[in-house]
Amino acid sequence: MLLEIKNLHANIEGQEILKGIDLKINKGEIHAIMGPNGSGKSTLAQVLAGREEYKVTQGEVIYNGKNLLELSPEDRAREGLFLAFQYPIEIPGVSNTNLLKTALNEGKKYRGEEELDAMEFLTLIKEKMKLVELDQSLINRSVNEGFSGGEKKRNEIFQMAVLEPKLSILDETDSGLDIDALKIVANGVNKLKSPENATIVVTHYQRLLNYIIPDFVHVLYKGKIVKSGGKELAFELEDKGYDWIKTDSKEMVEN
Amino acid sequence: MNDFKEIKEWYLDEFKKFESTLNGESAEPIHQLRKEAISNFSGLSFPNTKDEEWKYTNIAPLLKYNFKPSISKGNISVEQVNKFLFDQFENNLLVFVNGHFDEKLSRIKDLPKGVIAGSISEAIKQKSPVIEKHFGKYADFKNQIFTALSTAYIKDGAFIFVPEGKVIEDAFHILFLTTAEDDKILTQPRNLFVAGKNSQVTIIEHYSSLSEDVYFTNAVTEIYTDENAVVDHIKLQEESTKAFHIGRMEVDQERASNFSSHTISFGADLSRNDFNTKFNAEGGESMLNGLFLIEGTQLFDVHTMIDHAKPHCNSHEHYKGVLDDKSRGVFNGKVMVRKDAQKTNAFQENNNIILSDDALVNTKPQLEIFADDVKCSHGATIGQLNKDSMFYLKSRGISEETARTILIHAFASDVIQSIKVKPIKDYIEEILSKRFNN
Repeated sequence: MLLEIKNLHANIEGQEILKGIDLKINKGEIHAIMGPNGSGKSTLAQVLAGREEYKVTQGEVIYNGKNLLELSPEDRAREGLFLAFQYPIEIPGVSNTNLLKTALNEGKKYRGEEELDAMEFLTLIKEKMKLVELDQSLINRSVNEGFSGGEKKRNEIFQMAVLEPKLSILDETDSGLDIDALKIVANGVNKLKSPENATIVVTHYQRLLNYIIPDFVHVLYKGKIVKSGGKELAFELEDKGYDWIKTDSKEMVEN
Repeated sequence: MNDFKEIKEWYLDEFKKFESTLNGESAEPIHQLRKEAISNFSGLSFPNTKDEEWKYTNIAPLLKYNFKPSISKGNISVEQVNKFLFDQFENNLLVFVNGHFDEKLSRIKDLPKGVIAGSISEAIKQKSPVIEKHFGKYADFKNQIFTALSTAYIKDGAFIFVPEGKVIEDAFHILFLTTAEDDKILTQPRNLFVAGKNSQVTIIEHYSSLSEDVYFTNAVTEIYTDENAVVDHIKLQEESTKAFHIGRMEVDQERASNFSSHTISFGADLSRNDFNTKFNAEGGESMLNGLFLIEGTQLFDVHTMIDHAKPHCNSHEHYKGVLDDKSRGVFNGKVMVRKDAQKTNAFQENNNIILSDDALVNTKPQLEIFADDVKCSHGATIGQLNKDSMFYLKSRGISEETARTILIHAFASDVIQSIKVKPIKDYIEEILSKRFNN
């Protein structure tokens, strides 16, 4: 098993957002986490990535045999966890290539692998750029600065392609994308899929799941997973919206 | 209240000793200037924090010491100088040791005809007409006590004169090295740079010391840019972190001249910089940029004044500070747009990053506008390293320390990038990496 979340509770500024999450993910699987706004989807993604503002109050997370919650954000990344941000951060003055080269080599050093020299690195990013059809000029610019919404999301997938994570969490990577950009992003994710890695797709809309076919769909509501199923659950949500989940789960959440 | 009378007496007494070493100079005009200045000094008081201009910079620690005006240069070898050099500047190097020109350590070769670069003491002796016209004319020693002190003790400093139409390709690297050891010395380099019509020159004032000693540098630089001249000035201040550095730079700009200044400040326990530039005619451009990086108990203070006395001039001022530990920064930038100065463009900004809980910045951008058809902006920010950016970098597997270095680099990058001299740019980048990546 790659990831096991047991009874995870987390809060921010004293307000409890996650109220007991259980989830198991194996290598080779794609899991979709869906749910209405404010249900805790992004919080779950941020907690897994190690955002310090969120306090875990209960539960545990075992990732690849390690206690994930004891690792620093950078060590989580070096162990192969990757978060594609819902709102990628703009960092003026730091070039995309500088960020990636530093990240890649610090990760390699941590894992005892050989670091890439400048030539090897260039070859690698040229190859990965094609995957998300990212323009060369964006690579040399400051991280996300002046990028369009679609370019920012593609840049996240590009970083993911370069860092080759074991577990990728895509936090609403589809939101704000037009259909062409959506296809490019989905195509990139599908090409990166292997029997050795797993992906969590966090989304509000079913639309992305037409292009990235999940093995499992989970519905998060008020900080708990209230329903799990196969990909057909996503279609059901698309048809009926989230209201039936809310009524169905009311009893369950209150108990 | 302590009005520092005793320390003033000390410098007045020392002046008499200094005078006695000036054989046969007493009748010269330069000595009349000194005497006028010491008399002004005698009538002025050292500032305290009740003075608006010194509100955040308490110089009591500086006045605690009886610094001895340095009258001779120390002994420094070529090898000792080498580690302060940037490879590219081998041709135009002026070295001053404890404030005195050292010809043996300097390297001046193949200057175009008419260009003078060397000791100001020599130029005074030669009765250069440039000295007569410009020296002591721009730095106010009537009201400024430290400038009065400097003027009273005028002895040596750097003198560069570039006549009309000459373009100097290699930058002048002027290295002011102090080797104080246990002697608490006062060095007072007195510099004059004159750029003739249509000339171009790059000048680097570089202040450093051989070891971490207590001493006091009181530097005054006067710069005159004639019509259409281009002067690129860099001040690199990396004095001993126990030293005191008071610096004044006065710039006088003629029609369509272009002056740019970068102040890079890492050193000194206390440093105070007063930089003033004045447009005497239309079409001038002025840039005052700076970066200060301080830690421990260091204090960095910069007071600037850009005087838009004439129309159609542009000024650009951008200072950035990075403060750690208990360090303190002061930025006071004044832009004066006088009544006649229509079509002025003035941009001013000061940004600071505070890395600790105890560091402090006082920033005061000031615009005084008396003309009605101008474009002026000013702003100031004080903040911490952006938490979201930090997390973003860490989430990619970058360590906390490296992420800090990357972000501080990024913060400082626009000021560093605006420096045209590449070896200086590289040197600053290197210092940044070393300091924040351990």
